[in-house]
Amino acid sequence: MSADTPGGDAGGEGTAATAGDVDLAALQAEVEDLREQVNGMSDAADAAGDDQTQMTIIATKGTLDMAYPPLILASTAAAFGWDVVVFHTFWGLDILHEEKSRDLKLSAVGNPSMPVPNAVAALPFMDSMTTRMMEKKIDEVGTASIEELIELSLDSGVDLQACQMTIDLMDYDEEDFYDGVTVGVGAATALQHMADSDVQLLI
Amino acid sequence: MSKTFDVTETLDVKGLNCPMPVAKTGQAVKELDDGDVLEVVATDSGSMSDLAAWADSTDGVAMLDQEEGEEAGEAVYRHFVEVTA
Repeated sequence: MSADTPGGDAGGEGTAATAGDVDLAALQAEVEDLREQVNGMSDAADAAGDDQTQMTIIATKGTLDMAYPPLILASTAAAFGWDVVVFHTFWGLDILHEEKSRDLKLSAVGNPSMPVPNAVAALPFMDSMTTRMMEKKIDEVGTASIEELIELSLDSGVDLQACQMTIDLMDYDEEDFYDGVTVGVGAATALQHMADSDVQLLI
Repeated sequence: MSKTFDVTETLDVKGLNCPMPVAKTGQAVKELDDGDVLEVVATDSGSMSDLAAWADSTDGVAMLDQEEGEEAGEAVYRHFVEVTA
């Protein structure tokens, strides 16, 4: 019995050593697997542009009041160091149209905040009158013009995109837009950036 | 003027409204080096909240101090931004 005990111990040690070898190999394989997974994840993170915040704005309106929000948010986000795309489609294209952007109108009709009833707001001179009043106020309080905000946005690296389909639909020419505006893009380009973005807005 | 900072550069955005104070500050700090201090002088009352939010959410800058004062009968807001890394 006394001889069995050390024998048993020796056997036990042998088994433990074998089990240790097996575990080590399994662990090595597991570590390799994990290493590959982690490398894959960091590659994916690199491809996603590190931890830079991304924002996509879809700008669809071409009235004076609706031209401001996308440009103000875009230029401010650029100052935050964000990667910003503003995709302009339908009447939003007028914001990027060099000539039209200087002559955007404020509509008095259908705006309950206007101090005149709709029946009066619909009169032919009302839009130009409310626009003039707004422009005067913008000038008085020191709010930037649309043109200044576009130049600021482009200078700060904002990607201002003009939807190709609506350029064709509106009979605009690529030459009509500010220098630095991205043309030749469509819904898929917008969606790709929206999917990668932390902030997406439709204005 | 309770505290004084070793100001590297001063950015005058008096008379300009949102988003200009923040946007121009963002452009100005890009031209500065680590440790530099930018003084931003604004008349936009919204700049107190906006520049604090900008400094808080933006990497590589820290708001050292914000002062509200009056110059020539006009409210003036001074912001001291340090470029950190």
